[in-house]
Amino acid sequence: MVREKSMNQAAPMVRLEHVSKTFHVEEGDVKVLESINLDIKKNEFLVLFGAGQCGKTTLLKMIAGLESSQPGSISIEGKPLKGFDPKVGMVYQTTALFPWLTVMGNVEFGPKVRGVSKAERRKKAQYYIDLVGLHGFENHFPSMLSGGMCQRVGIARAYCNDPQIILMDEPFGHLDAQTRYMMEEEVEKIWAKEKRTVIFVTNNIEEALYLADRIIILSECPATIKKEYPVAIERPRSMVAPDFLKLREEISALVELREGM
Amino acid sequence: MSKDKVVVSNLTKRFKDLLVLDSISFSVKEGEFLCLVGPTGCGKTTFLNSLSKILTIDSGSITIDGEPVDPGKHNLAYILQEYSTFPWLNVEQNIAYGLKIKGFDKNTIAERTQEAIGMVNLEKYRTYYPSELSASMLQRVVIARAFATKPDLLLMDEPYGQLDLNLKYKLEDELLKLWEQTKTTIIFITHNIEEAIYLSDRILVMTNKPTTIKTSLSNDLERPRKVSSQEFVDLRNKVTDLIKWW
Repeated sequence: MVREKSMNQAAPMVRLEHVSKTFHVEEGDVKVLESINLDIKKNEFLVLFGAGQCGKTTLLKMIAGLESSQPGSISIEGKPLKGFDPKVGMVYQTTALFPWLTVMGNVEFGPKVRGVSKAERRKKAQYYIDLVGLHGFENHFPSMLSGGMCQRVGIARAYCNDPQIILMDEPFGHLDAQTRYMMEEEVEKIWAKEKRTVIFVTNNIEEALYLADRIIILSECPATIKKEYPVAIERPRSMVAPDFLKLREEISALVELREGM
Repeated sequence: MSKDKVVVSNLTKRFKDLLVLDSISFSVKEGEFLCLVGPTGCGKTTFLNSLSKILTIDSGSITIDGEPVDPGKHNLAYILQEYSTFPWLNVEQNIAYGLKIKGFDKNTIAERTQEAIGMVNLEKYRTYYPSELSASMLQRVVIARAFATKPDLLLMDEPYGQLDLNLKYKLEDELLKLWEQTKTTIIFITHNIEEAIYLSDRILVMTNKPTTIKTSLSNDLERPRKVSSQEFVDLRNKVTDLIKWW
């Protein structure tokens, strides 16, 4: 209780204030994000959900320090974010593994370029490889792995950098429906064991409801926060439980997916 | 929905020592919408490739309307997960291509192409090339190309697996509409149990390799179906229990 109280008083893990983005292209200006205000708590599992191309990835890139906000600001634990911050790790949709490195080589890459000693980084990488269930595949190359396994490597690699915040950009968009269910269960288990602040982008309503503490619904371009839903359903969740389906229906209606019609 | 359109008996396929399809037998009625589900990697695509004669089979037989299947005689259409449009042909030419290789005369080609373009609402885009179209439009072109030929049998291999959910839902509803209009016999493969239940008249549940048919479930839920209805959830749980490996 005491810990919780002190946490509430501290600055939020991530704070977005009037975050906006306009891209200048040949045809004119395209406003992608408009005045997003959002506080994300430490160790919260936050899902950014939007059905279309509504700027979810742009927002994630901004938190990763890969795009600037103009106007508006982003701060992490009260400190303004200026460019890339090692506190933030990222898992990409396309896995983005180095094809010439083994699973071990990929996972230990971050600590290696930071100059962590071999013994230490190996130990750490092994811990995360085991955590994502890839024990025995340390010396495999990405081309020898299935899509789900490649995403596991991506997750282990992100964790191995000791980030406080992990950004996941539709990591399971390319997987088949069944492998996707498996990976969603896996991500939840890993997060339960190694709590981090997670910001997860998806356009899949089932995935959003299965994983999120809170779902932020973004509107169509320019994206603004349309609504937010705290998801209080007990974990692990069942995708066919009545409360799950009810919330799914409600959100689907809001974003005009089929069920609302 | 009375006579058997497709009859498969003891279909067996090996890749060297690996037995992939193990003596599969089933039939599909005329105008039926059949969905095939099974665990990831169970050989569903090999199965469709064998049905369409892209792969030779080791033993067994496949007949359409009582005659051994022959792509030269029977009109089979195949829709893949990848958007298989010809990049150097525009929308109209892509749709006409299927009719052209089937040897239809010019008038029929023109007439059916127009009709198919209308069915998938691409009238405005008839002169666009694939690179100018979105993913869902590309898949619409492929679907129009298939339906234009009025196929005896339409094979679909996870056609909406890579689309955004809202596009997927739209295209599923569009497919159902086309199917109801044309009464085409469809075999549809998917990993997605919810999709199978939303679309099908009947679901064949496949086992892991070597693949056999575990069971056949008829699906007579009233259309349009609602994924949160109790009957839908019950059927979904039942199919999930049959194939769950994750």
